[in-house]
Amino acid sequence: MNKAGETLFLEPERYEFRALPMHQFALGRREFFKIFGAGIAVFAVARDVSAMQETAPAPHGFHNEELPKEIGAWLHIGEDGMVTGFAGKAEIGQNVRTSLAQTIADELGVAFENVRMVLGDTALTPFDAGTFGSRTTPTITPQLRKVAAAARDLLLLKASKQWNTQPEKLVAGDGKITDPSSGKFLRYGELARENFGEHQPRAEDSVRPASDWTIAGKPIPKVDAREFVTGAHRYSTDLRPEGMLYGKVLRPPSFGATLISYDDSAAKPLADVVLVHEGDFVGAAAPTVAAAEQALASLHVEWKEVPQISDQEIFSYLKNSALPSREERFRQIKGSVADGLAAATHKRDATYTCAYIAHAPLEPRAAVAQWTGDKLTVWMGTQRPFAVRDDLASIFHVPEKNVRVIVPDTGSAYGGKHTSDAGLEAGRLARAVAGRPVKLVWTREEEFTWAYFRPAGVIEVKSGIAADGKLTAWEFHNYHSGMSGIETPYVVSNQSIEYHQVPLVLRSGSYRGLAATANHFARETHMDTLARAASMDPLDFRMKNLADDRMRAVLEAGAKAFGWPRQKTGEGQGFGVAAGYEKGSYVATFAEIFVDRKAGAVQVKKLVEVFECGAIVNPDGLRNQVVGAMIQGLGGALFEAIQFENGRITNPHFSTYRLPRFRDVPEIEAILLDRKDIPSAGAGETPIMAIAPAIGNAFYDAIRVRLTGLPLQLERYLA
Amino acid sequence: MASSISLEINGKHYSVNYPPDTPLLYVLRDELGLTGTKYGCGEGMCGACTVLLGGTARRSCQISVSVAASRPITTIEGLENNGQLHPVQQAFLDAGAFQCAYCTSGMILGSVSLLQLNPHPTTEQIVQSLQGNLCRCGTHPRIIEAVQRAAGKMQERVK
Repeated sequence: MNKAGETLFLEPERYEFRALPMHQFALGRREFFKIFGAGIAVFAVARDVSAMQETAPAPHGFHNEELPKEIGAWLHIGEDGMVTGFAGKAEIGQNVRTSLAQTIADELGVAFENVRMVLGDTALTPFDAGTFGSRTTPTITPQLRKVAAAARDLLLLKASKQWNTQPEKLVAGDGKITDPSSGKFLRYGELARENFGEHQPRAEDSVRPASDWTIAGKPIPKVDAREFVTGAHRYSTDLRPEGMLYGKVLRPPSFGATLISYDDSAAKPLADVVLVHEGDFVGAAAPTVAAAEQALASLHVEWKEVPQISDQEIFSYLKNSALPSREERFRQIKGSVADGLAAATHKRDATYTCAYIAHAPLEPRAAVAQWTGDKLTVWMGTQRPFAVRDDLASIFHVPEKNVRVIVPDTGSAYGGKHTSDAGLEAGRLARAVAGRPVKLVWTREEEFTWAYFRPAGVIEVKSGIAADGKLTAWEFHNYHSGMSGIETPYVVSNQSIEYHQVPLVLRSGSYRGLAATANHFARETHMDTLARAASMDPLDFRMKNLADDRMRAVLEAGAKAFGWPRQKTGEGQGFGVAAGYEKGSYVATFAEIFVDRKAGAVQVKKLVEVFECGAIVNPDGLRNQVVGAMIQGLGGALFEAIQFENGRITNPHFSTYRLPRFRDVPEIEAILLDRKDIPSAGAGETPIMAIAPAIGNAFYDAIRVRLTGLPLQLERYLA
Repeated sequence: MASSISLEINGKHYSVNYPPDTPLLYVLRDELGLTGTKYGCGEGMCGACTVLLGGTARRSCQISVSVAASRPITTIEGLENNGQLHPVQQAFLDAGAFQCAYCTSGMILGSVSLLQLNPHPTTEQIVQSLQGNLCRCGTHPRIIEAVQRAAGKMQERVK
């Protein structure tokens, strides 16, 4: 949301979002006295940035903490042999509760059933910057493995001392240390009685290579799946602590509107109904949602609105509003594009666009907040519990240690649950009701309007190829949408790649795959155009310009499964391919499409996708993530687009914002390449990014119409 | 104005005091604590709030509590029988047919309703029947597989 006097930008590399929290609350005089009178330091000073964490700079409150080195912060072995792992990550459907427990069980040598994970709780788990950027598997998985290896080595050492032998002669596994020479054993639970949590992992605590994994690498089902099929799991939206009230916020009529008058004289004083008005924030807490709504409806308020641009003019606005490039990190230049174009036999220029889209997690943003004196606890579905804690502490002027954020396993996020808004709103209402918890659940319309979006973008490409199909020049400009996946994986000695910042129009931020989807759509569509210019098969053309073996491997595996090159068996049939690399993993997608010109209908018939992310930790969970990303990718590829005018979202409902449904899902084949020789990378994002260009390229193959905007809205081009 | 309404839910009788036009969803969740039934959109477009009313799948955000009083209601909490999962619940578990699982209650109840009407649905009939249920995580192929598994198991049971 743009407010007067602020210019807000995306952090293009990390795709973080630099907007301030939606609300700012002042200190009441009494509250001010209470806090500062006691002499408590309010702001923590930023400490060392740990290399373990992806940092997310923000202008407020956010800081990075050093990760604890002691084993005990990450792992606990109970006397009963039960093992508990601790991580600040959030379970949002990506299955980390299972994959992290698998990792600990595998390295420590205990049964999977005997490991449980405590996740996303600022009071119990080590600091974590957030669950985003496909970082859990490449950072926290190895951290837990290292800690588990250290704990195992300590148990071996302890048993060896007890038996007066060398640890190398003993075997750790199945929850016990065994001496193979005698068959005697000691259970971990017995050995762990003496606390060794203060020890730190040593360099010599070596972890098992993926080729030796026994529990990791296996398709273990979601750990608490039964809770979900019985409805027993409590999401944030389901919590009902004793004495709870329901909160509701009065939303402005448009983005950036300011409250110019507030009149509550018509509001009836009712038991347990509280109205809160502070600055532009107006909200109510009441025993039922309906009562809170009634209280808000009784108010007379006036807002001052500001004129804003619409979706009709967004792309020209983005192109024309780009700032002069200020930072070197936005630019990558090799050789000379002018020389490369001069040497080219075929040259092609094109402009691509990408609309704003919504995350639309099925569980809307929600929080339950409760104050106990000057301590605040918030239960909230968020990807960044520690950042939310910092925001809450800053906004409510209390020390961070007074705030606890707990993340119940959440009804998905897809990059959409980074901000603290619902927690701040519930927290502000709860502050007015003396110790009673307040639950605030955003409606679907609020979710579509007041969250944030994957940013729109304009991408311009200039390119040239030699007569043999080798790339000679590649110039690529991304306006606004972001830098993820902006580099080309193809070999080209003359290239210029640049990101152009544009002040935010709609509140924008992280999204599954970040800008990699837009950048891959532009690049892989353009590569298809160049292949046609060279009269080459699109796959052969890519191979000719690729040196990266991992990318070649996913393309080759996909071609084999898809049967590329395929002969057309009927009119309207088309085949397309696209591929890419991002965040340590590789993807190739092949699409078959059928265009019925007479009926004005297009059907995506089949998608084959090959994905490779190093050593696979859980093939069952990974398959769910890959197929899920493919289907989610269909929405952004084919029809999802946020419409807006004058600071209002004009399609904030499932009836007007179309999402993929059962009938939209084509035949899908997902092929997972397991590279045990390569460290595991995250997998939540990359499988989404080649869907749109593969489909667009298939559409061109079918009817020779080149589409350059997302969503493709294929039917629009049929007469 | 609120009035006293009797409901039969999962074989139990409840009396609630609510305005008769209140959507059943909010009574289930906020009054009775049956939170397995989810809010997703409040306009009948996502299916997360699906319950069985007289055995048929209905959107609980679109039925008033007074209308719901006329027939027995089954929510996700009422499918288990003496600790034994319903075959559809078991099939979703076996197929791993969820990710965030927020849509799962609605998907399961929609499938139970379908299989009661049509014990041997084709894939097309499953698609048709669940078209109104959104899964934003993209687990559709496994959900279809789960319904097919459940149909097979329920058939075995009948034999």
